Amino acid sequence: MAEITMPKLSDTMTEGVLVRWLKKKGDVVSMGDVLAEVETDKATMEMEAFHDGLLKETYVEEGQKVAVGERIALIVADGEEEIPAPQGVEKVAAMPKRRVDEKKSVIPRPKPAEIEQVRKIAHLEEGYSQAPLRRTEAQRAPLQVLPAPAGGRVKASPLARKIAARMRVDLTRIDGTGPGGRIVQEDVLAAAEVEKAAPVAMPVEAPVSPGPGTQSELITLSPMRRAIAQRMVESKTRIPHFYLSVELDAGALLELREQANRDLHSSGEEKLSINDFILKACVETLKRAPEANASFTENGIIRYRNVDLGFAVSLEEGLITPIIHNAETKSLRQISADARGLIERARTRRLKPEEYQGGTFTVTNLGPSGIDSFHAIISPPQAAILAVGSIIRKPVISSSGQVVAGQRISATLCCDHRAIDGAVAAKFLQEFRKMIENPALMLL
Amino acid sequence: MTEWFDLVVIGGGPAGYAGAIRAAQLGKRVACVEMERAGGSCINWGCIPTKSLLRNAELYQLMRTRATDFGMVFTDLSYDWAKVLGRSQKVVAQLVGGIEALLKKNQVEYLHGEASLINEKTIVVTLGGETVKLLNTRHVLVATGVRPRELVGMTFNGSTIVDSRQALSLKKQPGTIVIIGGGAIGVEFAYFFNAYGTQVTLVEAMPQLVPLEDEEVSEALRISFTRQGIRILTNTRVESGNVTNQGIKLDLVGDTSDTLQAGVALVAAGVAPVLPPGLNCELDQGYIKVDDRYETSVKGICAAGDVIGPPWLAHVASFEAIQAVEGMFTEGKPRQIGVFPNCTYCQPQIASIGMTEKEVRNARLPYRVGRFPFRISGKALAHGTPEGFVKIIIGEPEGELLGAHIIGAEATEMVAELGVAMTLEATYAEIEATIHAHPTLSEAVHEASSAAFGEAIYV
Repeated sequence: MAEITMPKLSDTMTEGVLVRWLKKKGDVVSMGDVLAEVETDKATMEMEAFHDGLLKETYVEEGQKVAVGERIALIVADGEEEIPAPQGVEKVAAMPKRRVDEKKSVIPRPKPAEIEQVRKIAHLEEGYSQAPLRRTEAQRAPLQVLPAPAGGRVKASPLARKIAARMRVDLTRIDGTGPGGRIVQEDVLAAAEVEKAAPVAMPVEAPVSPGPGTQSELITLSPMRRAIAQRMVESKTRIPHFYLSVELDAGALLELREQANRDLHSSGEEKLSINDFILKACVETLKRAPEANASFTENGIIRYRNVDLGFAVSLEEGLITPIIHNAETKSLRQISADARGLIERARTRRLKPEEYQGGTFTVTNLGPSGIDSFHAIISPPQAAILAVGSIIRKPVISSSGQVVAGQRISATLCCDHRAIDGAVAAKFLQEFRKMIENPALMLL
Repeated sequence: MTEWFDLVVIGGGPAGYAGAIRAAQLGKRVACVEMERAGGSCINWGCIPTKSLLRNAELYQLMRTRATDFGMVFTDLSYDWAKVLGRSQKVVAQLVGGIEALLKKNQVEYLHGEASLINEKTIVVTLGGETVKLLNTRHVLVATGVRPRELVGMTFNGSTIVDSRQALSLKKQPGTIVIIGGGAIGVEFAYFFNAYGTQVTLVEAMPQLVPLEDEEVSEALRISFTRQGIRILTNTRVESGNVTNQGIKLDLVGDTSDTLQAGVALVAAGVAPVLPPGLNCELDQGYIKVDDRYETSVKGICAAGDVIGPPWLAHVASFEAIQAVEGMFTEGKPRQIGVFPNCTYCQPQIASIGMTEKEVRNARLPYRVGRFPFRISGKALAHGTPEGFVKIIIGEPEGELLGAHIIGAEATEMVAELGVAMTLEATYAEIEATIHAHPTLSEAVHEASSAAFGEAIYV
């Protein structure tokens, strides 16, 4: 004997409406038969029997609201008698019929807030077969949408989606110009252009009226200042940052650099900076800890196959992060040459947009400014930024327990907790330590 | 005798008949005027008859050079030249009939004759100097196409100096032929004549054969053609040609400065627009200039197809004509051509879509390349066609398809998948996620795109 109760069909569901009985009291039912249709806060679903037997009793009328867990029906096996008392009754919530490809079901289930957002969009695509729950005809209406895996609801081309994710363009705000209103690459690029041209207005505080005797001046915001302000507010208010710091032994790195530069100097070539080594170490680290080379989006976490490494360059009027594209394919010397060129063009304001837009990971190095250690703000949509301090001579305890003179450098990984967890960040820093402390690994 | 129409289409080729039929589908009263045969160059003297000849050539070449590989022995393998050419004419006749039937079924008034514009609303149709009909119309679509271009001092004579159309009806198979122009038409004829044992020299002014194709593909074709016995002279142009008793004598300059003697010279070195009499509109390098609604500088007159300039492709022409007609009679803006495939039907076949690697490089786009050679494709080996490869150029960081280049058997059939992918803005990931049937040649498309990321299973 099994008592069928209202199943909890979503994490937000508290009650459901029994829309229609598909089996009547007295019908013989077998496992897998659809008993009824239930409308939840999101969708109408079929409720399936998990037992063979007789539908002995239905407790609910069509159209009636039923709280989750409340009984709906009773199925008794042949020859079994109904026991009215709740004791001894196996409570089984009927399960919605699923058509789930297990491999695909790893896509994170939407959170209530996300569903709310999606409902507002009211864009429904037909043929949305990967949706984890089977939908009936009745609820193909636009408002009954669950977000499809990998974002099936907004009509957009795969390329448009990827560009939107990288450039952080909200597809739901774009009108598509492709066939049937589909959003295509051009639409996303145009939207990004518009956003760039008209940055979101920053809440401006009322002008401070200086007290008597106070002297001040108002410095007008340059476009760069405005962009920095906007992006930093966006990042710090929207991204849950967390920080992990390590102190590393930079002795071997300094030694290797000196050696290498002696060689390069004698052959009249450009020297390698500490920053070059840090950049290369970071690239090598990302190869070993690719989880940090990522972006969080509503549709899922994008993990980049290539490393487009940004690094902060300070300018008089602000700062900019030029990008070494496909750094994973480049040698230390190539990275050094690229960085030198980019810094030069950044300082003379000759960077092309593709040289500072995009980027999958950023390094900010305040070592040359004499900063021991610091925290940075993530540059969206990237998932992390590495903040590196200067190399400091200080006493350390050697492996043999002696206090010796050490060359120490600090590194702080600042992470978007939506995309990266502490363990992943720790793995990154362990790999980074390996690279800095055994710098020969970078040259392999 | 004046009749009123919503649209008069001048030209009955792939642009003309497609445009006419589309307008008729939209409920318009349409006339289509063709001065030769319905179907235009494509069906009568271009795409279709040449494909028929090439099929003959493939079979004969296969039997002649590789019969024993397939377990066949011929003691007396020969062919009948008249029938080799004759089959293509049967195919053509069938298709011409089909086009005429389609026009009729759609109630397009099909008129045989030459159309001249009196003004943008009036067209006179004449045949052999006699006026057939006077047409009044709201709109005109000019789809008169192109014809082969002559080289200076080398007038087409149908026997020793021929164009691609005349080459279809050479009464006798030439013992030697010089083909001037190594584009699609030139290499197709080179393959055809060589397969039947004619000694072929192919002269191309540019550094590579099929100059519009990817360099790697051109190089693969050069190697294959050389192996097949075709003499290839690139970076070489014909300075002069003189008809002799034996045929023709050509003076070459460039990488090969030489004098060639041949039975026939086939000139496939360009085309010239065919303009209808009475059309006074702006031209761009001889071709009709149109705006983004396919309208010429004369209001009410649109133009589409080869006559508005390159690419000279039947499928592009039909697309343009349909767009132009929809622009005339429906809401919304006509679309311009985006990506389109290029196909060449010699063996190995060549098909491509999108940018070549050189173009991607010149545009300074970040990219990666995936390749898959047919010599490791099970289907290709089983079929005995291990030549060629698929090359896919993928943009970074999104993985969009920038270009795809295929050389090998059935390349022209395989490119369709990539066209759909590019139109839908699919990326590497969607190609990879698509299960391709095994064993097929098109698996190579999947493998090539996976190879771009070092994920191909069979490479």
